[in-house]
Amino acid sequence: MVALAEAITHPAAGAALDIEQVGHAFDIDGTELPVLSDVSISVEPGEFVALLGPSGCGKSTLLRLVAGLDRPKAGTLREDEARITRPHPSRVVVFQDPTLFPWRSVWDNVALGLEAQGILKSQRHRVDAALDLVGLSSFRNAYPHQLSGGMAQRVALARALVNDPKILILDEPLGKLDSLTRITMQAELVALWQRKGFTTLLVTHDAEEALVLANRVIVFSDRPARVKADIRVDRPYPRHRGDPYLADLRRQILGLLGLDATW
Amino acid sequence: MSTYSLSDGLASGAPRLSRAPLLASWIRVSGAGILASVAWIAFGLSCLWWADVGDWSRTHSLGIAALVIAAIALFGTVGADYLGSAGKALHKRAPWLVALGMFLCVWEVATAKFAWLPLPFFPPPQAIIEVYTDDLPKLLDSVFASVKLQLGGYLIGATVGFLTGVSIGWSRAVGYWVHPVLRFIGPLPATAWLPIAFFTFPSSWSASTFLIALATGFPVTVLTWSGVASVSNAYYDVARTLGAKPSFLVLKVAIPAALPHVFVGLFMGLGSSFAVLVVAEMIGVKAGLGWYLQWAQGWAAYANMYAALIVMSLLCSGAITLLFSIRDRLLVWQKGTVKW
Ligand SMILES: Nc1ncnc2c1ncn2[C@@H]1O[C@H](COP(=O)(O)OP(=O)(O)O)[C@@H](O)[C@H]1O
Ligand SMILES: [Mg+2]
Repeated sequence: MVALAEAITHPAAGAALDIEQVGHAFDIDGTELPVLSDVSISVEPGEFVALLGPSGCGKSTLLRLVAGLDRPKAGTLREDEARITRPHPSRVVVFQDPTLFPWRSVWDNVALGLEAQGILKSQRHRVDAALDLVGLSSFRNAYPHQLSGGMAQRVALARALVNDPKILILDEPLGKLDSLTRITMQAELVALWQRKGFTTLLVTHDAEEALVLANRVIVFSDRPARVKADIRVDRPYPRHRGDPYLADLRRQILGLLGLDATW
Repeated sequence: MSTYSLSDGLASGAPRLSRAPLLASWIRVSGAGILASVAWIAFGLSCLWWADVGDWSRTHSLGIAALVIAAIALFGTVGADYLGSAGKALHKRAPWLVALGMFLCVWEVATAKFAWLPLPFFPPPQAIIEVYTDDLPKLLDSVFASVKLQLGGYLIGATVGFLTGVSIGWSRAVGYWVHPVLRFIGPLPATAWLPIAFFTFPSSWSASTFLIALATGFPVTVLTWSGVASVSNAYYDVARTLGAKPSFLVLKVAIPAALPHVFVGLFMGLGSSFAVLVVAEMIGVKAGLGWYLQWAQGWAAYANMYAALIVMSLLCSGAITLLFSIRDRLLVWQKGTVKW
């Protein structure tokens, strides 16, 4: 518990993120497939931004650029003014698939980042604290195949959080979970974000999820993705799904995504 | 097994109720053990009853030994409850003990007693026992030589194969140079190198080590390489965003992920290196079990050949078992994800 308290009070404020006129394209059998076109988003430190858009429009591609896993074909990305050129543990991604390493126990999976940075020996308590945080301390010695989908995703979240990221990048992390687990984990995510203060970038295909969680919802166009709308959600937490203000925004967003006829 | 109604049981009392099923279950539990004992008594008596058609010195001792085994099987079965895990182990193997006892009995009768099988080519069990007791030093020397040669060659081949496989799986440049060489030389059976190896290497021992290493190295290289190449990019992405350097990606991501493949290669390499070992020993190296076989053939000592074959198969299966247990220890995480 001491370790837990320490992890929570650990100062890890968020970083600012500037996406400036970013364009990207893939080469598919010699033909160029434009995926991002002139995307500019400026994210304040500690903001929770949700990205919504049609499937295949380029959201994951944008997240990979933010993470530094790929370099953009045009434009620049900056974390706190510093240009993003390669991955760094201050920006950690949680993918849709938990992608836990099957040959490592839960504890060793969570320890991955600290081990890779060569600081695990002195920082073992952070691993324990992160596991406590997602409520999986009793599964520390389990292997990934022994976990349920929700538990595996929690481990992936702990594996990201243990690094005290300044920007947490979430690519549809709850997409595959059942609705009950999903609602629980949404609440946990908000609580974590409020406690730790990291900047959050969340891709989701669920407008309701975006509105319950985020300060700001950015809606993308079809591929190549452009910013179609940038909506501020000024509502205190915890938010209620039935809130008429959110329902109104939801209708507006679904309209932007081309669903006005049915909604 | 018969069934009883509740009123039957109440009327006739408990003791009578349980006797018949008890006997049946006793036979089910101990039957195989008793049969094993009977089979080994039969084998022992078959040794002692008739006179040998040839001149073998261990017939009497073998008969006594068989009777001792029969007694152990009997007491082990009857007293299984008091013997703990040893009793359980005996119970599990009892059917095999029955089969073995019967086989030995038939073998004994068909060779030593009535010579139904042509004699010098099919020696009786006591002739093979005689080899183990009387020719032990030479056999042990051969075992030692074989193990030394095999172990050295295999370890070299496995290490080099593993390192090569990881390098080609990881580095495009290494792959560019090594891949064609592997394609060209790899499929050649290592034994085809034998004549060349024996006069280019300084000693037949180093030549054989090289050939065993070659036979081991090829499958280990190919499977390590395919294992490393098939690791999902998602793992690398995760590790990279967490701050992993290239060395971490190789040592902590690529290699552990490829390990199941590597073990397939190690098993294949073990099999093909055994073949090379025996051939190399028969042709060039003047030591080892392969050489012992060759030597025994020269003297028409058929019992010695069977004795050497039995030792050889024990060694080979022992090596495979050892490799299995290493794999099981290193790949515990696979339990539950794949069928073993
Ligand atoms: N590595 C790649 N190579 C080629 N095309 C890609 C690659 N990654 C994504 N794409 C293409 O880019 C487009 C956008 O993909 P993505 O960013 O994953 O969309 P989403 O918004 O659903 O996350 C898709 O049409 C996809 O086929
Ligand atoms: Mg996506």
